[in-house]
Amino acid sequence: MPSLKQLSSEKDLFTYGHRACAGCAASIILRQVALVAGKNTIFVGATGCMEVVSTIFPYTAWKVPFLHNAFENSAATGSGIETTYRSLKKRGKITKKINVIAFGGDGGTYDIGFQSLSGAMERRHDMLYLCYNNEAYMNTGIQRSSATPFGAHTTTSPAGTVIPGKQQFPKDLTEAIAAHDIPYVAQAAPHNWADFTKKVEKALTIEGPTFINVLSPCPLGWVYPPHLSIKMSKLAAETCFWPLYEVENGIHKINFKPREKKPLIEWTKLQGRFRHLLSESNKHIVEEAQKEVDRKWNRLLKMAEAKI
Amino acid sequence: MKQVIMGNHALSFGAMISRVQVIAAYPITPQTQVVELLSELCADKRLDAEFIKVESEHSAMAACCGASAVGARTFTATSAQGLALMHEMIHWAVGGRLPVVLGNINRAMGPPWTIWTDQNDSLSQRDTGCLQFYAQSNQEVLDTVVQAFKVSEQILLPSMVILDAFALSHTSEVVDVPDQKLVDEYLPPFNPRYILDPKEPHTFGGLTGPDGYYELRYKIEEAIQDSKRLINETGKEFGELFGREYGLVEKYKLDDAEIVLIASSTIASTARVAIDELQEEGKKVGLLRVRVFRPFPSEEIRELLVNRKKVAVIDRNISFGHGGIFAQEIKSALYNCKDKPPIWGYITGIGGRDVTVEHIKEIVNDTIKSEKPEQDILWKGVKL
Repeated sequence: MPSLKQLSSEKDLFTYGHRACAGCAASIILRQVALVAGKNTIFVGATGCMEVVSTIFPYTAWKVPFLHNAFENSAATGSGIETTYRSLKKRGKITKKINVIAFGGDGGTYDIGFQSLSGAMERRHDMLYLCYNNEAYMNTGIQRSSATPFGAHTTTSPAGTVIPGKQQFPKDLTEAIAAHDIPYVAQAAPHNWADFTKKVEKALTIEGPTFINVLSPCPLGWVYPPHLSIKMSKLAAETCFWPLYEVENGIHKINFKPREKKPLIEWTKLQGRFRHLLSESNKHIVEEAQKEVDRKWNRLLKMAEAKI
Repeated sequence: MKQVIMGNHALSFGAMISRVQVIAAYPITPQTQVVELLSELCADKRLDAEFIKVESEHSAMAACCGASAVGARTFTATSAQGLALMHEMIHWAVGGRLPVVLGNINRAMGPPWTIWTDQNDSLSQRDTGCLQFYAQSNQEVLDTVVQAFKVSEQILLPSMVILDAFALSHTSEVVDVPDQKLVDEYLPPFNPRYILDPKEPHTFGGLTGPDGYYELRYKIEEAIQDSKRLINETGKEFGELFGREYGLVEKYKLDDAEIVLIASSTIASTARVAIDELQEEGKKVGLLRVRVFRPFPSEEIRELLVNRKKVAVIDRNISFGHGGIFAQEIKSALYNCKDKPPIWGYITGIGGRDVTVEHIKEIVNDTIKSEKPEQDILWKGVKL
């Protein structure tokens, strides 16, 4: 596993000059992924924030090959690239394996790209799919996605006087992809760079399809000051809203267990998208959300204990 | 070697002798035999290619784009609803300048649910920038796949090789599958200048504003216009090597014709019998087959139709609210010409309704009898 010193001395392959917002966690995520993956890598990015901010013609923030080939299909596009390079390697035309990393936001992954991702995972392509999950369609102006938390305000799940924000719990995509029985699935967050980069390295070493779901705090959409992104990431793990864990060959392993599990409100109260939940009349929503976090966390604990 | 094969297999063998390297496709009636045979050819290594069995047509073209961007010769096949689902990615293959060759079996669009032929599926892709070849025989299906790769890879645009559902897809004909060595001589390996390669990193598909987008579209038009010359040249070269010459259009007994019948696909091959019989009856009628719809052969149309007495166009398709699509295009190509003939636009055979020699003769005789086209759409065989 690369040390911080090693990583910081590597040359950036996702570089400065992109147009991401101040405090954008997704740009930190991609920078770390590119550092670990190295030069022998091809990236496929779905339409979304990170594609838009990194490739404004005639500029590019990528020092490795990058392809944007529509919104709902970065996994399918990666399939074509991986297949071609695998074939070239089989024929002895290249000697070194080339990493193929397809990525998308929660829109391109949880929702519109779900079918394409499921297909690519089932076909056992030797590639990593990475989701930077900022929990709404941020690129188009903060609309709800199936990854948006219960109770959150977005422009299409507004906190109204009658309906107080999103009425559904988020889809558990990590478990849905784990159900494809692929060799490696993980959940990560950018505050814990050591855990995250280790997971990326592991995923790229393993032969076959791998998937990492990374929480990506978004100052604009979550409504908090830009310097708090890493704190948002940390609190999501400490409240167990976003557990850091991995599923290797079907076995669940928790990578971070907080000594003291913080209440969910410690995380939500710092974000403008949950502001309406602070009122007395919406207390039941906070309770329901906490109950769901507890249920999911306990389930994960049981699976990890049982080594399943 | 001569074989008796169905149109779908001609498409598969066309891909095989073109030495495609990556295939990504999803089955749909009436295309299924294309992917089944390709699967068998790959399983037996008669074709040394990777076949990605994707979960949708959208992903099929996405995977083809990915493979083509790495420099692989790439093939897919579909039909009707599948082509409609693929539509977005055809735009991507064009804009990304990726010369994927796509086989499409012309099948009418649902609903009502149907599997029989008409041209509305492929003609709905008219404005994408994908080349469109309409074949009239299984031999032409196979030959066109090879030529399509040759043209597409020079201009960096995708091509669609189109055949009628059942009338060709499931009908067996004698097809000469040419010697591989000769095909290799004709079709060199695909070797694009810019690919996804870590040794020389490039960014593809980036965000482009009004400053750059316009010129990129201009370049696509420039390339597709250039393909007119290439299609004729490569078709001629094909003739020299394999004895079967092809071009944008095909003339049949047209020289002294006062009345020109225009058709495409298998209706054009049926029309030849009608033309023979009509000429025997002393009627001065000939046939012009439009083989390539995109790029549209406007120059040939003008050259062959100006100063004729009458033109009848058969369309097995309809643009609702306007009329037959080939007829529209032909009218628009002739509009600025001085001695342009009047054009009768007939629609027939929609949804796979049979189009016989008798129907075609009736269309020509109606055109001869009437002084001018009474309506924009002249329906033939519709039961009301």
